[in-house]
Amino acid sequence: MSKKNSEYLINRKNNQYEVVIGLEVHAQVLSESKLFSSSATKFGAEPNTQVSLVDAAFPGMLPVINEFCVKQAIKTGIGLNAKINKRSVFDRKNYFYADLPQGYQISQFKDPIVGEGKVILDMPDGQKEVGIERLHLEQDAGKSIHDIDPQNTFVDLNRSGVALMEIVSKPDLRSPDEVSSYIKKLRSIMRYLGTCDGNMQEGSLRADVNVSVRAKGSKKFGTRCEIKNVNSIKFMQMAIEYEANRQVDLIEEGKSIDQETRLFDTKRNETRSMRSKEDAHDYRYFPDPDLLPLEVSDKFISELKKNIPELPDEKKKRFIDEFKLSPYEATILVSDIDTAKYFEEVVAKMGKNKDIKLAVNWITGELFAILNNKNLEISQSPVSSKNLAILVNLIKNGTISGKIAKTVFELMLDGDKDPQKIVEEKGLKQQSDPKAIEALIDKIINDNREKAIEYKQGKEKLFGFFVGQAMKASGGKANPQLINEILKKKLQ
Amino acid sequence: MIDIISQSLTQLINNIKDKKVSSEEVTKSFIQRAEKSKKLNCYIAEDFENAINKAKKFDNKPNYDSKLPGIPIAVKDLFCTKNVKTTAGSKILSNFVPTYESTVTQNMWNEGAILLGKLNCDEFAMGSSNETSFFGNVQSPIDKNLVPGGSSGGSASAVAGQLTPITIGTDTGGSIRQPASFTGIVGLKPTYGSCSRYGIVAFASSLDQAGPMAQNVKDCALLQEVISTYDPKDSTSIDFKRSHYSKKLTNNIKGKKIGIPKEYRVDGMPKEIEDLWQKGINHVKECGAETIDISLPHTSYALPAYYIVAPAEASSNLARYDGVKYGFRVKGENLIDMYEKTRSEGFGAEVQRRIMIGTYVLSSGYYDAYYLKAQKVRKLIKNDFDEAYKKVDAILTPSTPSSAFKIGEKTNDPVSMYLNDIFTVPVNLAGLPGISIPAGHDSRGYPLGLQIIGKAFDEQNILNIAFAMEEKINFKNKITDWWIK
Repeated sequence: MSKKNSEYLINRKNNQYEVVIGLEVHAQVLSESKLFSSSATKFGAEPNTQVSLVDAAFPGMLPVINEFCVKQAIKTGIGLNAKINKRSVFDRKNYFYADLPQGYQISQFKDPIVGEGKVILDMPDGQKEVGIERLHLEQDAGKSIHDIDPQNTFVDLNRSGVALMEIVSKPDLRSPDEVSSYIKKLRSIMRYLGTCDGNMQEGSLRADVNVSVRAKGSKKFGTRCEIKNVNSIKFMQMAIEYEANRQVDLIEEGKSIDQETRLFDTKRNETRSMRSKEDAHDYRYFPDPDLLPLEVSDKFISELKKNIPELPDEKKKRFIDEFKLSPYEATILVSDIDTAKYFEEVVAKMGKNKDIKLAVNWITGELFAILNNKNLEISQSPVSSKNLAILVNLIKNGTISGKIAKTVFELMLDGDKDPQKIVEEKGLKQQSDPKAIEALIDKIINDNREKAIEYKQGKEKLFGFFVGQAMKASGGKANPQLINEILKKKLQ
Repeated sequence: MIDIISQSLTQLINNIKDKKVSSEEVTKSFIQRAEKSKKLNCYIAEDFENAINKAKKFDNKPNYDSKLPGIPIAVKDLFCTKNVKTTAGSKILSNFVPTYESTVTQNMWNEGAILLGKLNCDEFAMGSSNETSFFGNVQSPIDKNLVPGGSSGGSASAVAGQLTPITIGTDTGGSIRQPASFTGIVGLKPTYGSCSRYGIVAFASSLDQAGPMAQNVKDCALLQEVISTYDPKDSTSIDFKRSHYSKKLTNNIKGKKIGIPKEYRVDGMPKEIEDLWQKGINHVKECGAETIDISLPHTSYALPAYYIVAPAEASSNLARYDGVKYGFRVKGENLIDMYEKTRSEGFGAEVQRRIMIGTYVLSSGYYDAYYLKAQKVRKLIKNDFDEAYKKVDAILTPSTPSSAFKIGEKTNDPVSMYLNDIFTVPVNLAGLPGISIPAGHDSRGYPLGLQIIGKAFDEQNILNIAFAMEEKINFKNKITDWWIK
């Protein structure tokens, strides 16, 4: 588990600094309705169309816990190898804001639903374990819109009351790359579990990033700053880089770091102070008297455990064992549930005489390139797993060459065409009749008699010339292996 | 001719079922009485026209199987009523019209009752004299310039003054039992979780309970039977088997063990309260029950604990009244300015005082010393009762340490005002049921009440004891209609 090579350090004159990062990830629970009301949670709905009397905090309205959201949180806890707390408590976090209708957010403060756990990261130089401090359930606030009207702020309460899981890591992360890997892993686990769609553009996953620095080798944590509400991995990495350097500069100048909350300005690529520790809110947390402590039985938890799907770490292990994939290949294929699903479908559809390695190459090569190019998710792939399996089989059984396969693949993109049909229609079937190839080669040698003599005299480079001529004469369809064999024989 | 307004609820129901009177006649009689009783200032919002229409509708298609057939009822203005203004006695909700109905009131309408209107109360139920209402003082029908008690003051005056045959109030620290005691009527605070809080403007969520206020114990039992239902819309509502309180009502309390807690003999308690209590003890003995001296050692800590827990919850519950979404708003330079102006003008002094106390006791650094400690005290008080109930079936105490006082007498002395709740508050802290019944008069002729405290979910038992005592006491309320003459 050595990780010396990729150690992320900030160098100044004679000093080296280590960066310490902890994340508070806010993941929207995948649920049709909100945490304490039956309002819908669909993204992108017209403002204030998914708001109940409870969400808008009308007098006398009371929260009622959504059991599904509780299950989702527990499932996520199981996925994080975490302790599930059979008793947890909802607290009120009190503060005034126009998009917080109740004047408090219902959250979990002292007794969260999920306790300590861990996540394994696959870094280029080995695995790294990141501790999870806790996971708790809480309500989202509404949205204040400041840019529609110069005088007024508009409030959209569609998000008010939507269930969030706040996943707090231990300060175990040491570089922007680890942060990226951590977020991707969390996202992957939750997508496997179906507990969060992980869609960062829609705000389903965002994070508060805690950053501090310390001299390399020091055991004491430095003063941390919290960068609020960063909503993309790229921005998290940029913010950490900026913030860590800012803190190091302060130390180098002999100044101290103030514990404060900061904002990341994505346009200027810098963090700015939002409020200092002195101005920190006093949230006056206390147990919400409208809700009883949340108690779940062992049976409730074990039922959920029973239905946990295979998660990325297990799947990776199985891919290595069962399909003889390299750890690298397996990591790539399991990182996203849809990719893993696609791959397994291809494997299943290839039948008995399958070349898994070849399938992996096609998925991670041609297919990924196309998806990347067209900015598509694998779930939107223009080539179905079934047709990709057929294509790989066509290569494997010698019907087409790898080179022809690329042409076929291009043609498949338009409407997910059956590669078998393409091969037939376009007459792309590989020529594997030795007699025909022999005739073809005889003619080429005959036409290039001088070159054949040169070759025989030792100019071995010319072999490639003959192969090229043969391929050209066959319109690219001749079986390259046969060409090689026959040419060698004829040019002896 | 039947004198409608002086009838009990049970009598009215029988007369309607026997077709001796129509719902319309009954409804109009109470409306006429209300029109003549404006001086009492019982109503915040009247819904008389609708009430008459509903009564006519009932008469055209009567359903005599319902429990409250065509009975007009006015309710405390803390219950949200669909399309009828609901203010909680506050300026900040003075223009608020709910689009929804509280579960408790809905239960009444489902049984055939008809809404007359909304009754005055202390602002957000914070008060013991109905003097904190934005809509002015309520006069007691007992005497001019006398407080009816609070916070369900309008409700108490309306029942005692015969403006409604029965009503519902809410009780967070005594707001049903104390005004019932002050006006010579019966008031029941049910077990916490018995009546749904859905649609009731919240004061202190862990203490608030709705309950009936009636002319007699039987009426009280009947209304409790109607309003107490399990409600999944309130997470603190409890799904227990509810009794048919009125049907099972009995005056046979032979062999019941009644606890007499020594800690309720507080310093400076007037002799007439002492005597009243002794009289009550004699009555239960006459009924064949046994009295046992018990101790509730943490009683003296109840009031201070209550005045931490209740304001703490209130400070958070009232945060939603911010001028943003509904209710009263004062324009401001910016959001903070708008909040400050709206809440400064929208809330009265007592509400502001409690918001400040509540905010303070929840503040970081004070939470452990106040809120957490108060919760521990609450637990000890609950344990006191649990311990006592190993030996007794119910507990008998005075309802209040004194009879009603004059309007303005205690407004500048909040602590003296808070002391009114000294006997009722422990019951809320422990989540138990308690009933106040009229038991006598003081030297000025003002009513005095006795309280019977029961085990959790044991409403039937305290109703039975109250029923038996009621017979023995034979209380007659002295209503002179002073406000009409």
